[in-house]
Amino acid sequence: MKDFYQLKKNLKNDFSGLKDVKVALLGDSATQFLTIALRGVGFDYGFNLDIWEADFNQIERQVFDAESELFKFDANFIIIFFSSHKLLSKYNKISSANTSTFAKSQLELIETIYHTLILKNPKANIILYNLNEIDDAVFGNFANKLESSFLFQLRLLNCELLRLANKYPNLHLVDLSSIQNLIGKNAFYQSSIYVNTDMVLSINALPLIAARCLDLIAAINGQIKKCVILDLDNTLWGGVIGDDGLENIHIGSLGIGKAYTEFQYWLKKLKNRGIILAVCSKNTEAIAKEVFTNHPEMVLKLEDISVFIANWDNKVNNIRHIQSILNIGFDSMVFLDDNPFERNLVRENISNIIVPELPEDPAEYLEYLYTLNLFETVTFSVEDLERTKLYQIESQRKEFQNHFVNEDSFLEQLNMYSLVQAFNKFNTPRVAQLSQRSNQFNLRTVRYTETDIEHISQSDNYFTLSFTLEDKFGDNGLICVIILKKEATATLFIDTWFMSCRVLKRGMENFVLNTIVELAKQQHFTMLKAEYIPTKKNDLVKNHYADLGFEKIDDYYFLNVLNYQSRKCFIQNKTITEGFKYGIK
Amino acid sequence: MELNELLNQVNRIFIDVLDNPDIKLSLSTTAADIDEWDSLTHIQLVVAIEKHFQLRFTAKEIQSWNNVGEMLVCIKEKKYATATA
Repeated sequence: MKDFYQLKKNLKNDFSGLKDVKVALLGDSATQFLTIALRGVGFDYGFNLDIWEADFNQIERQVFDAESELFKFDANFIIIFFSSHKLLSKYNKISSANTSTFAKSQLELIETIYHTLILKNPKANIILYNLNEIDDAVFGNFANKLESSFLFQLRLLNCELLRLANKYPNLHLVDLSSIQNLIGKNAFYQSSIYVNTDMVLSINALPLIAARCLDLIAAINGQIKKCVILDLDNTLWGGVIGDDGLENIHIGSLGIGKAYTEFQYWLKKLKNRGIILAVCSKNTEAIAKEVFTNHPEMVLKLEDISVFIANWDNKVNNIRHIQSILNIGFDSMVFLDDNPFERNLVRENISNIIVPELPEDPAEYLEYLYTLNLFETVTFSVEDLERTKLYQIESQRKEFQNHFVNEDSFLEQLNMYSLVQAFNKFNTPRVAQLSQRSNQFNLRTVRYTETDIEHISQSDNYFTLSFTLEDKFGDNGLICVIILKKEATATLFIDTWFMSCRVLKRGMENFVLNTIVELAKQQHFTMLKAEYIPTKKNDLVKNHYADLGFEKIDDYYFLNVLNYQSRKCFIQNKTITEGFKYGIK
Repeated sequence: MELNELLNQVNRIFIDVLDNPDIKLSLSTTAADIDEWDSLTHIQLVVAIEKHFQLRFTAKEIQSWNNVGEMLVCIKEKKYATATA
C-alpha cells in the first residue's frame, strides 16, 4: 500500500479521463490530510474525486443551514466524520445525570443529520465513520458493566450505528474501529500531531482509512469482485494430490491442515454470499475432482464450484476460458495461487485481473486476504445465494444447445417465460443490485441505489419494468430492467436499459422492446427516444438501438411506435394481475 | 553524528516531502525561506523525520524550533545523546 507521501504525489498526476465523483467531507476534527489521502487513493481507483471540505468542526452548521455551501456543492457522497476523540471531549462536559443517555442523544443527532441531508440532497450516499474504540480508563474493566461509563456509551453508539445503517440503504459505515484493531491504536493516533493540528488520524493510518472509503465509493459505482479463481495443490490443500495421493494431502484439524480448512470455510462463505468460485489447476481432472468427492475433510464440494478446469494447459488460456463461460470482466476476478510463477504469468497476460501476492506461509493466507477487503458490496439479495446454481445451469444449457444446428429451434425448445412487473418493494433490492453490477449490457450506465429506485417507482414521471426469465432448465430470476421517463407529451425516453449477461442471445432484447412499445401505445406515446453512453465496458451494446430499428438523429436514437412491427421472439409472457403491471397508478 | 551529516539527511526528506528538488537547507533556514513549508507540511515533515530517525518528538518540541539548526540539535539529542556520552 502506498504511504501518505506517495499518495500526495498522486495529486500531481493527470486526472483527466477518470470518473468524476463529488465528495463532501465534514469532520469535527481537522481533515486536510484526509482530503489529500482520499484524492490520492481515488486516483489509483480510477476516480477524479472533487472534494469539498467543510471548515473545521462545521458539521451541524453546514447540515442545518439550508443555504449552506454543502448543499450548493450537490455532492454524490457526503462523508460525516464524528471522531471518538471529540466524542470523549463532549462526554467530559455533560452532567453526570446525562451520561447514561449520551449515546442515545448522539444517535438522535446523527439520525437527524442523515434525514436533513437526504431531504436536501436525495441522490447522495451518506458515508459515516464509526467510532474507533478509546477508553478513558476511569472505571477499568468495570466500565463494561456500567451504563454511564464512556466506554459503555461508545460501544453502545457503535452498535446503534449498525442498526441505523441497516435501516437506510443509502447510509454506509466505514469501519474505523476495525482499521484501528488492525493497525493498533499507537499507529492510528498520534498525540503530538493531535495537539498541534487537531487531527485525530495519524499520517500512517490515512492510506488505509482512505482505501476503505474508496472501496465503498467504488462498489457503489459498480466496481465489485464477482469471482474467485482457485488453484488447488498447496492453495486449497497442502501437498500435491497427483504425487501425494488422497490420504497424504494436508487438510482437516491437524497441523497445517487447519489453515487450509479455515481458508476453505472462508471461500464457502464467499460462495454463499454470491461470489462465484472457479477452479483452475494443473492436474488431471479426475484426480483433482476425486478430492472434492472423496476426501472427508473437504469443506468445498463440487457443487460449490461453478466452473472446474483441471488440465495441463497454461493458466492464462484457462482463465480466459473461464471468463468466456461466466461472461464477466477480468477486473471482477480474483486469482488465488500459491505459486509466484503462475501469479506473475497471469498478472502479465491478463490486465486488470486481481492477483493477490499470497504469503509464503499458508497459515497466513487468511489474515493477509482479510486486510485486502476484496469483496466490498453495498447490496445483498436472495439472488446472491442462488448464483452458483445459475451458472451451473448455464453450463447445462450450453450443452443442450449443442444438439441444435438451428438457433431458432433451440430457443423454441427452451420454453422461455418472462414475468414483467413494475418495480415493487419485493424486487427493488434486486433492481438496485443489478444497477450496480451491470457493466456490459448497460446502455447509459447510470447507477441507481435502492433509495433512487424507490423514488423513481413512486414518481409519476416514470414507467418502470422489470423482467425475469425462466426456461426448462431453471429460473434466472430478475435479469432486465427498463426505466422510461416521460419527456414530452408524445415522447418516452429510455432512461435505463440494462440486462444481465447471463441471458444474452435468447431474444430477450426483442421481447423487451415489444413490451416497451406495447406500454407506450397503451399510454398514448408515439415516439421512443433512446441514448447510448459509451463506457470502457459497454461496447457490446454499441449498435443495440440501431439493430433494433431505431433511427439515429444527432446523439439520440428514435423509434416511431405507430409503425412498429412486433419483433420475433420465443419468450412468452408469464401472466400476472394486470393492474400490478407497469406501475400504472 | 555531526549536524552537517544530519542536515544532508533532513534535506533529502524536505525535498521528498515538499516535492521540490531545489531545496537547499542550512542551519539557519526557517519556514519563511521555503514556500512549501507551512503549518500543514511542517507536520508532514515531522512525521517523515520521525520515521526516518525512528524517534518521536513531543508535542512541545514540534512547535519549538526557530530554524532547521534547532530541529537538528533536537534530533541529535534524542537520537545520539546516549551514544556520544
